[in-house]
Amino acid sequence: MELLEIVSAKLNERFPGEIESAALLYDYPVFTVKKDSMHDVLKFLKEDEELNFHFLTTLCGVQTADEKQLGVVYHLHNMPKNYRIRLKTFFDINKPEIPTVTDLYPTANWMERETYDFFGVRFKGHPNLKRILNVDEMDIFPMRKEYPLEDQARTDKKDDMFGR
Amino acid sequence: MSKIETVYSINQEVIEEKEYSTLNLGPTHPATHGIFQNVLKMDGEIIHEATPTIGYIHRAFEKLAERRPYAQITPITDRMNYCSSPINNMGWYMTVEKLLGAKIPKRAEYHRVIIMELARISDHIICNSVIGVDTGAMTGFLYIFQWREKIYEIFEEICGARLTTNIGRIGGFDKEFNKKTWDLIDTFLKEFPAGLKEFSNLLERNKIFMDRTVNCGPITAEKAFGYGFTGPNLRAAGIDYDVRVMNPYSSYEDFTFTIPVGTQGDTYDRFMVRQHEMWQSLSIIEQAIKKMPEGAMHADLPDFFLPPKEAVYNNMEALIYHFKIVMGETDVPVGEVYHCVEGGNGELGFYLISDGGRTPYRLHFRRPCFIYYQAYSEMVKGIMLSDAILTMSSMNVIAGELDS
Repeated sequence: MELLEIVSAKLNERFPGEIESAALLYDYPVFTVKKDSMHDVLKFLKEDEELNFHFLTTLCGVQTADEKQLGVVYHLHNMPKNYRIRLKTFFDINKPEIPTVTDLYPTANWMERETYDFFGVRFKGHPNLKRILNVDEMDIFPMRKEYPLEDQARTDKKDDMFGR
Repeated sequence: MSKIETVYSINQEVIEEKEYSTLNLGPTHPATHGIFQNVLKMDGEIIHEATPTIGYIHRAFEKLAERRPYAQITPITDRMNYCSSPINNMGWYMTVEKLLGAKIPKRAEYHRVIIMELARISDHIICNSVIGVDTGAMTGFLYIFQWREKIYEIFEEICGARLTTNIGRIGGFDKEFNKKTWDLIDTFLKEFPAGLKEFSNLLERNKIFMDRTVNCGPITAEKAFGYGFTGPNLRAAGIDYDVRVMNPYSSYEDFTFTIPVGTQGDTYDRFMVRQHEMWQSLSIIEQAIKKMPEGAMHADLPDFFLPPKEAVYNNMEALIYHFKIVMGETDVPVGEVYHCVEGGNGELGFYLISDGGRTPYRLHFRRPCFIYYQAYSEMVKGIMLSDAILTMSSMNVIAGELDS
């Protein structure tokens, strides 16, 4: 609870109006930030002397349930103080562009490539944004919800009772 | 594809000519211990540039997990770091338990610790003995590998499987360990120290081994941070970060153990950190057995824990629960959690978003070696090909985890 208050006070002071929500989900303080200021927020959190989130634990893509928006989720960590926070940002699925954070965290390189590979998020300024796990010729972004795992046209299998 | 860089003097006379040859290391090369491809640009025997290509055994685990009930995701986690799959299983159970808010009895947690530390030992045995093989010392590998076999016999006795274990359940364990399991664990604890000592004697202060590994593929602490190193590789670079201590899970706070730390971050340090961690794991197992509390082996989670068979046959409610669990029709709360455990090669994280349905809405695995393997091309720049092989095996990169 403490950490949530410290970070949200600092962020709201430095970026008024850019923090859309702040909440404690289970043991993690979670912040939703507007897309345009995401890079600045991360830069601030990394360089702030007290918070100093110097370690990017992981970065991944998500899609909202209405399938109209994509998001990127960052997990940050300050190891000496053991602070962990999660930051999220959402943007229109038809214009999935967001600045890269490889300049702040070199480890974001492959994580962003993976997010591009599976969700089609284009990270502006990334040094080598191409597919990483899937074949280069693939022309879809397979983790998006519009590509279901099983063929939905199957008639031999009724899923009225079980499954979505 | 070879590039010729030619330097001309003023009178257009060739004074130096440098030709890089391209070498495909992998995808299936016996020295890479897995499906890794590296396109190397070689200057003689020195690596000028390495371009890793990954994804050869990509199996879309994150997509698969979006259509599977929670209990059926455990076999997926087995197939990530298959050298220590019980740790992956336990990490996944703990993630779901965190989402459900379940309270796990101490006894089940202590059993989990024993299993996880055994898995860590087997993981480190594989990695360290393979470093020996890559330096040309086959003997240590052959001798220490029988102890990995003994660990797999313990797993086999508990869950019936050896490599892809699917061990335990969400909420705890399905039953008490039987007497044979405890006998096997006791024998292991009694006899393994001698085996590990023998392995240490063969390699740790061996002149040839040290000449090959000291200063081979080093990385500084700052760079290791930047590249997201965790686990033994980060500790070898001098950072004492261990999830078991920083964010204790499964009662790790009850045990006393030290975190070995290196100084150079080179192959030798990575090897030594793992050697010492095996001794620490042994001590944790001994403490867990000595302090083993009484109590139940599983949490009170009727929605996830199969009722006893007699109840299923004689009790309507138990039958309904059995059916619901097997079909994966139990409800979970809406929410999102991140849980991490100290895997064999680093911080293994699970980021789970649930929308209340029978399957996760989104499940992201933080796979440690996917994250730190990107440092490889920088680490091998300017070193010999044979050292690059050694660097890769000392980083403990597991193909299944790398490609998910």
